[in-house]
Parts: sequence; C-alpha cells; structure tokens
Amino acid sequence: MTLARRRFDALIIGAGGAGLNAALQLANANLRVAVVSKVFPTRSHTVAAQGGVNAALANVFEDNWHWHMFDTVKGSDYLGDQDAIEFMCREAIPTVYELEHNGVPFSRLDNGKIYQRAFGGQSQNFGGAQAARTCAAADRTGHAILHTLYQQNIRARTHFFDEYFGIELIRDEEGAILGALTLEIETGEPLLIEAKTTLLATGGGGQVFRTTSNAHINTGDGMAMALRAGVPLMDMEFFQFHPTGIAGRGMLITEGVRGEGGYLINKDGERFMERYAPNAKDLASRDVVSRAIVTEVKEGRGCGPNADHVLLKVDHLGEDIIAKRLPGIRESSKIFAGVDPAVEPIPVFPTAHYMMGGIPTDRLGQVVIPAADGSEQIVPGLYAAGECACVSVHGANRLGGNSLLDILVFGRAAGQQIINNLKDSPEHRPMSEAAIDQAMAKLTRWEQPGEGISVRELRDEFRKVMEDHAGVFRTDEIMAEGVEKVKALREKLKDVRLGDQSKVFNTARIEALELENLIDIGMAIVLSALERKESRGAHSRPDYTERDDVNWLKHSVYFKEGDRLDYKPVQTKPLTVETFPPKPRVY
Amino acid sequence: MESELPPLGQLRWQCRRGMLELDYVLIGFLDRHYAGLSPEDQRLFIRILDFEDQLLLDWVMGNVVPSDANIRRLVALMQMRT
Repeated sequence: MTLARRRFDALIIGAGGAGLNAALQLANANLRVAVVSKVFPTRSHTVAAQGGVNAALANVFEDNWHWHMFDTVKGSDYLGDQDAIEFMCREAIPTVYELEHNGVPFSRLDNGKIYQRAFGGQSQNFGGAQAARTCAAADRTGHAILHTLYQQNIRARTHFFDEYFGIELIRDEEGAILGALTLEIETGEPLLIEAKTTLLATGGGGQVFRTTSNAHINTGDGMAMALRAGVPLMDMEFFQFHPTGIAGRGMLITEGVRGEGGYLINKDGERFMERYAPNAKDLASRDVVSRAIVTEVKEGRGCGPNADHVLLKVDHLGEDIIAKRLPGIRESSKIFAGVDPAVEPIPVFPTAHYMMGGIPTDRLGQVVIPAADGSEQIVPGLYAAGECACVSVHGANRLGGNSLLDILVFGRAAGQQIINNLKDSPEHRPMSEAAIDQAMAKLTRWEQPGEGISVRELRDEFRKVMEDHAGVFRTDEIMAEGVEKVKALREKLKDVRLGDQSKVFNTARIEALELENLIDIGMAIVLSALERKESRGAHSRPDYTERDDVNWLKHSVYFKEGDRLDYKPVQTKPLTVETFPPKPRVY
Repeated sequence: MESELPPLGQLRWQCRRGMLELDYVLIGFLDRHYAGLSPEDQRLFIRILDFEDQLLLDWVMGNVVPSDANIRRLVALMQMRT
C-alpha cells in the first residue's frame, strides 16, 4: 500500500503553549504549518498550569529583567546558561504583551494594568525585598493561554492534525531532519509529513515515574524521538519532586496544608519529621521532606496494606479551617484518595512534577549537539521548545512562574528563527526510501503476532523501578541497581506483544509506542543521575551532600547509542551584563 | 434516527486530557459506569467529553455546578471515588 504523504514548510509536534506559540508566528508569516497533536490541542498539559507567567513588568512593585535574571540564575543553582536566561528574562516582557494583545484575559489591577502576584524565589534588587512578577489569569493561566493561542491559530489557518501520534523523525545521511512519520489514531494508518523544518514541542515525561502529577499524555515522546535520531538529552537527572502527592495517584496536595499546621505521620502515628528536621519539621525543604517520606517507607514504617506511603494529618485543624483555608483539598482527597481529611489523614508520597532537562537547544530553539569544549553543532531542520527542550534556563531547579514563561518565550523565538532560516532554505530536501522504511519498522514491529508480555505489565514494572531507583532517594548503590534494572526492562521490550492488532482507535498500540519512549528517557534519567556525584538543585544525594562547583558546574549530555554520557560547560557569560558567579543558594 | 455510538477505543482516547485529575475521573467512569448506562446517558457522557478541561475539572471538584440536571447526575457519579 502506498504511504500517504503531506508537505509543509514547518511541522510542529505537540500543541501545548510552546508548539502553538511557534505555530502562530509561522502561520502569521504565511508559511504552511502543520501541528500534530496526539490529543485535541486544548487538552494539552499546558492547560493544567495554574500559577502564571513571570515578566518584570513592574506593575505592582519596582522590577526589572536583570533582577528576574538574578533570581533565575540563583534558582537554577547556577547550572542555568546565563546567556539564555538573560534572553528569556528580557523577552518575557514583549512575550506577555503579545499574549495580552492576542486576547489572553490576564487578571487586572485597579489601574487596568496586568495584575502580578508574588511567588517564592522572586526578589527586587538582586536578593532584596519580595518582588511581584507573576502575571496570571485568575488560577487558570495555562487554560487561558492555551485556548487563546489555539483560537489565534485557527484564525491564522494553521493546519491541525488532531489525534495523530508522532512516531519517528526522518533524517538524511547528513543528519538533517526532513519531517516525521506519524500515525492517525482514528484509522491506525501512517502518514508521512515532509517539512523543511520540524519543531518538537511534546512537553515533559512525568509518566516515567509511578507517582506523578503529570497527565497520562506526558510520556516524553519528542525527547525519545530525538534520542533515536542521534540527538542527546541534557541534564536529565534534574527532576522536581513535590513531597506530598496523593499516594498511588500523584495529584499535588499543596504545601499550604503543612503551612496551615498539617503534619506527616508514619504507621505508628509518629510525627517523623521531628527526627529528620528538628527545627523546621514538616516545613523543611522539599527534598528533605521527600527523602524522609521515602526513608520511612523503605524502613518498614509505611502505611496501608502495601506499607507504601505515609499519612498527612489535617483533621486536628477542624472542618472550618479546612473549608476556609484549604479549599479544594477536601474534595480532591475524597475523590482521589477516598478519604475525608476532616475525619482521617490523607495518604501521600512524593510525586514527580517537572523535568528541567531535555533536548539541548540554543536560545533560538535550534537543536544542538553539544561538545565537551563548549562548541555546539546545529542539527539542520530540527528545533525544540518547552518542557521537552533544555535551553538551559532552569538549570538544576525551576522557579515558579518560569515554566509557562519558558514555553512561551522559546516557542515564539523558535517560530521567528524558523521564519528566518526558511528564507535561506526554500526547498524540501529529498527523503530516501531507506529512511522511511526504517521509521516504518518502528510501527510494524507492533504487528508481530504471538504471546508475550503485556504493555501494562512492563510499564507498571518500569515506573516502579524508576520511582525506587531514580526518584528522590539517590545513592550510588540504589541508582547503579536502577541502571541495570532499566537495561533489563529495555531488553524485555522485545518480548512485549499486542493482544489487539486492530487499527481503529487501537489505544493499546499507542500505549506501546509510549512505553518505548518512556524507557528511552528513563535510561537517560537514571544514568545521568548516577554519574552526577554532588547535590545541586533538584538532584539531592545523601552520599554527596554538597554542591561541587569545581567538578560539577557542567551539563550532563546523554546519548542513546552506547548509553554514553558526556559533559559540556555551563555558559556563565550572559549576553550583555556581568556574570553572576556561583554563591550558596540560601533564601 | 439515533447516531451510532463511537467505539470504546475512541472514547478511551478522548478521556485522555491535559490534567491528571480528569484522566482518572473520566477513564474511571468509562471503565466502571459507561457500559451500564442507558443509551441516552451514554450519549450524554460523550457530550460531556466535548467540554473543555477547565470546566470539567470545576464540575468534578464541585467549584461549579452544571446547570443541566442530567449532567449534574453524571458528574455526581464521577465524583465517587475513582
């Protein structure tokens, strides 16, 4: 059968904030742009971002982009590239105004200007008084931005391929990316999309861990596609965990619960944080609380029939305070944990929330392969933006309000750079049949008949291994064991078979393709984490408790071929201002 | 004439949303309740899937009460432990 083909100037895989902001730039420039999304675009994970977008608009307090830059560099534990961070903080301001002009209904101050709220990690004058830098549309900023961008793209005639799954990038012998093989989920038929440029904007991969706040769609598809195309992933060991997710489910229970007087107990009813942090107790930093929870479980003091979680006790606060100060928590606990926190404690466990690492790009969104000497080789025709990319602006730790900012600034920058590059490369490069066949093999592999391991069985086993061996408790011994286990599971993938070979809306086939992606990025995470012998930002190790700027002020770079790790220097020189030298990160 | 109901695989995919909370609630509902619903309620569930994520979340979390009594009834079922 002939393979269906379409041709576009630009192909964007992923329809969250990054993909849609890039698409809008391209469509407004009258380029033919295709957006491929495995779910309906407004069901992308951007919709879940409640907080807001940082930009130094100075609408509430005095502010400027340079202070925002300082906070971001410090927040990154000095692992962020300072040229990219300067760019992001400068571009934040026109990016927010552009969104406003496109119709995002930002909350307003009485004087009509955009309302800005204060968030942790924001300061005036390089570490001074609290700043108020986060622009928000009530508590649904991601929703407002996503819907606005989608509507603007419809107006601009962006071509959407809804419910299509990106399977594999197609490249030529020189390594240039020529488009991608996709799968129409409804019919189960492949579609080859040829494009002069391809942008990966597929979001994060929280589903790699058993307990995550990420939606089921967050399976790291773009990152895994890049890996298989010979592109490395950078800084994959840096993953933000939140100490209190609903056990077995992952939804966040806000830190405000402990701020209001809630506390953690183990199976003996002991308030165990008193042992780990005698002063701060339950309000100790996230990594300390997360690791304490995991230690309690590992040492047999976990709760429940499987002894796999601890309990967050709030009932002593009384119904009135719970209703007034912790709205949403009661309902959320009832629905997802089956407990009423006014009566009984909430089962909790650390939940994976945000990945700082991803596909290495420059600040224009172009995918680059970094070398140890600091030089970068651009991958022709390939861009990445959003959580799947690593520019790197978050370094070892992302600040609140900077994730929406990242996707919007770098989605926009990538779109503008694609427009520039297309002026110099007006033609499609030829695509070889061998390259297409190689990509098709990725799909036809799942047509192998016979009995085998089920996707669900291997996925569950893999996500548990990742939680146990690359989660919040990271020692040499635990992670080395994790690397071996992930390698063994990767081998087992060959024995997985689909029971259902049908084509129409065969979601089992999509889940199989997602599982391959998860395992690819899982290996990047556990191996990068094992080899980083220090504690920095979100990567916290009891066996190497200090940050080590002498040996580890560098980015990890993982290549799938040979499971090889390399390193590249951090760009400490900003574009126009003085370097912020590393200092202890204290708040 | 009533239109044919979409295949289960299609519904399962449309229960994949941008928010983890909705993933659990919608897939849980599909698995536990959908097959036992009347054809009218099955169509109503399919209609509910067309609403945007934020509104669905507000319904499920009890922040907003659906004005349609039938939707209210199905949302109440969804709110039972998933």
